[in-house]
Amino acid sequence: MATSVQRTSQLTMADLKGRVDPDWCPGCGDFGVLAAIQKALVELRIPNHNVVAISGIGCSSNLPGFINTYGMHTLHGRALAVATGLKLANHDLTVLVTGGDGDGFGIGGNHFLHTMRRNVDLLYIVMDNQIYGLTTGQTSPTSRIGMKTKSMPFGNIEAPVNPILLALAAGATFVARGFSGDQKHLTDLIKQGIEHKGFSFLDVFSPCVTYNHDNTYQWYRPRLKKLEDDPAYDATDWPAAMEKSLLWGEEIPIGRFFERTDVPALHAAEPVLNEGPLVDCDPRVPPDEARSFIEELM
Amino acid sequence: MKQTFAIAIGGAAGQGVATPGDIFAKIFSRRGLSLNAYNAYQSIIRGGHTLLTIRTGPEPVTNMGDRIDLLIPLNQDTMDRHLKLLGSGASCIYNAETIKPGVAADGVQLCPLPVSELADITRNKVAQNTLAIGAGLHMMGIGFPALEEVLREQFKKKGETVVAENVGVARAGYDYAAAHFKAFPNPLPKTEKRYAVLSGNIAMAMGGAAAGVKFYCAYPMSPSTGVLHWMAAHARKAGIMVRQVEDEIGVINMAIGAAHAGVRSMCATSGGGFALMSEGLGMSAMIETPVVVIDCQRAGPSTGVPTKTEQGDLWQMLGAAFGDYPRVIAAPLDIADCFKLIPEMFNLVDRFQCPGLVLCDLLLSEGRLGVDPKDLDFSPVIDRGELITGVNGNGAGSAVIATNGGYKRYQITESGISPRAVPGVPGHIHTVATDEHMEDGVLISDEFTNPIKRRAMMEKRMRKVAGIEAAVRPPKLRGPRDAEITLIGWGSTKGVIEEACEILNEEGISANQLQIRWLVPLHGEAILELLSNARHTIIVENNYSGQFARYLRSETSFAPDGHIRKYDGEPFMPHHIVEAVKEQLGGKTKLSVPVHEIMV
Repeated sequence: MATSVQRTSQLTMADLKGRVDPDWCPGCGDFGVLAAIQKALVELRIPNHNVVAISGIGCSSNLPGFINTYGMHTLHGRALAVATGLKLANHDLTVLVTGGDGDGFGIGGNHFLHTMRRNVDLLYIVMDNQIYGLTTGQTSPTSRIGMKTKSMPFGNIEAPVNPILLALAAGATFVARGFSGDQKHLTDLIKQGIEHKGFSFLDVFSPCVTYNHDNTYQWYRPRLKKLEDDPAYDATDWPAAMEKSLLWGEEIPIGRFFERTDVPALHAAEPVLNEGPLVDCDPRVPPDEARSFIEELM
Repeated sequence: MKQTFAIAIGGAAGQGVATPGDIFAKIFSRRGLSLNAYNAYQSIIRGGHTLLTIRTGPEPVTNMGDRIDLLIPLNQDTMDRHLKLLGSGASCIYNAETIKPGVAADGVQLCPLPVSELADITRNKVAQNTLAIGAGLHMMGIGFPALEEVLREQFKKKGETVVAENVGVARAGYDYAAAHFKAFPNPLPKTEKRYAVLSGNIAMAMGGAAAGVKFYCAYPMSPSTGVLHWMAAHARKAGIMVRQVEDEIGVINMAIGAAHAGVRSMCATSGGGFALMSEGLGMSAMIETPVVVIDCQRAGPSTGVPTKTEQGDLWQMLGAAFGDYPRVIAAPLDIADCFKLIPEMFNLVDRFQCPGLVLCDLLLSEGRLGVDPKDLDFSPVIDRGELITGVNGNGAGSAVIATNGGYKRYQITESGISPRAVPGVPGHIHTVATDEHMEDGVLISDEFTNPIKRRAMMEKRMRKVAGIEAAVRPPKLRGPRDAEITLIGWGSTKGVIEEACEILNEEGISANQLQIRWLVPLHGEAILELLSNARHTIIVENNYSGQFARYLRSETSFAPDGHIRKYDGEPFMPHHIVEAVKEQLGGKTKLSVPVHEIMV
């Protein structure tokens, strides 16, 4: 995601430190995601006043408060809708949307679907821990069948959402999966997602050490296989990406599943924005146009 | 009584009721006549029954009035439903070959057209409509060239053959009427005035463009969709980003996102969509990002009657979203006001950084009015309030100050207003949050809960309420101060109450009117003062429970002497109010619910 992105010569991790420290539980996967976002911004040298981090509600959605960029901590499930409006009003901004699996795939499912098909130029990072954390441990849309939670004490009987498959089917132009426990790999995926011109979806396994005792760091590590380690894998091959997205169990792929660069981002497809960001435009309707609007009624 | 003339054209949806209506409207407005059009229709694309009423005259016409002078039924159903409404002096033009007239009142002229003798109906399926327009025009005493001009414009795109054919058919109708029908005694006058004819939806959309709206989004919902249609059609010329969104939850959030980036942002919906937007309004208030939301009320509850009017959403507006927060609510008084109100509303919400709600209704949204083009002012005052934007920002042009760390988005001030920096401005980085926060934006809802700070932030936001009240003028009483009757209304009933007052005054019952435009702030004290000497007060509103009456009472303890309410989906007609007033003055009742005599 990038239009006329400005670069700064100096941006450090310290510059990106938020006004307060994260209040996540010790060991929470979200620490790793925050650090990777900060590293990616430092490496890309994007001035922090041109970055907006937008979130919904949930543990992971507290992230904008912990990073020194512009931020919006919005409503549960609505971050993508807010981000779409913001990006269309000022497409020079670099927009990061961060949230959890409940926020994005549950209450915000409708916006997730439509933001993807619109190819809004932003990076959407879901810190996927397969559980509701802030509400103290209920089943989420990505909880596995059989998982016992406070809301399904005898085990979940509903099939989980496959976010990668869903994103591919909905027309996302960049689809990737990362792991909070692999900083270098995750940072690289975030950089790619920011640079991609269009909607970038990054699902991140971000273990909840308090409420999810099934999908732990230890559970993930032996299973995760990087797509980048397979020289034969072609991330421009959509059917291959669909097939890979179905893998789950002993082998779970992470990395960039899919990217296409031939679809214009929403703001680039709209001629109204040819003159530059709306926020910089003269608010007045040109007088001859105003006259014509009235004359057509006479 | 002012001189007016009303035509009603009825038929099934898809039979072409709209076109004759548009043609008459153009002819009247180009003669310098004021006009008001109201279309009673149903939620169906083909079939059903539609009745379009166009009332015109040399003085301002504000409502559909009480009588029909010319009825043009395009099918038997329309004839059966409405012939009985005609009184002495009225006429009815109809296709003699397909429609049987039934019994008309004394003095009603029946004008049968031998359609197949006058036009080739195998070639022209709407020949009966065109013939009727021609005939009607002759009877109104208007020269044929006025019709020819409009027909030429109407059919220009279809080529000269189609133009010639339609002009020929219209001429045949015109000449037939000259030979066979009695003309109306008073030919329609001509004035030097000029009018633009527009709906309330178009007026609100244009008002938005004039206010500098750069972002508009919506989900289609009757009767608000006309705003979206105008915005979409004119987006590129006006430089407005227009989006159709997946649902109204997405709409309000997208609109707030755009507003947060620093542009004026607006959306419109009806009651059902507004219900979905409720949580988003709370966000607008909490993060202090202004947005304007239009609610075009229709008859509820639930899906209700999507094509009918009501003033039933007031309490939904007053109570939208949980918690206490400052908001502005206004109901436009007529279609010209639909335009004028939008820039005013934006100036208020930009200054006070809160949501602004425009409470329109189907009657204004889809009705049409002849408006003086001077009232469509595309250079209104634009006051963006305390907005800090980049170098080229369309705000006050405030200088960028490099004070990273020192800037407090929610700085506690006496006015409650904190200077608002938009993303992208160096030196002002901050995070806004729907959680309660401190002056610098850091949350106090989780780790740092603090009753002192919570109270301070609540008071900061709510201090804006006093500022908003001071920025808006209190309402005024219209008419004789010591009148026997004071009629109180709000929003779209202005015109019909005004005319009812005129009729009452002519009949010797002195009446005045208090019409409320600003619902929040209400100016309760000023209203009490105005009503302190009123002799007999009646609140008139288009709903069942007297939503405004209950609101006024809750804010001021004022209780009127009586109520006139209507909740059948149709608007008030002047005689409904006049008769109800007489009924109440006679002591018969304190609550009148007029019956709508037109079956639509």
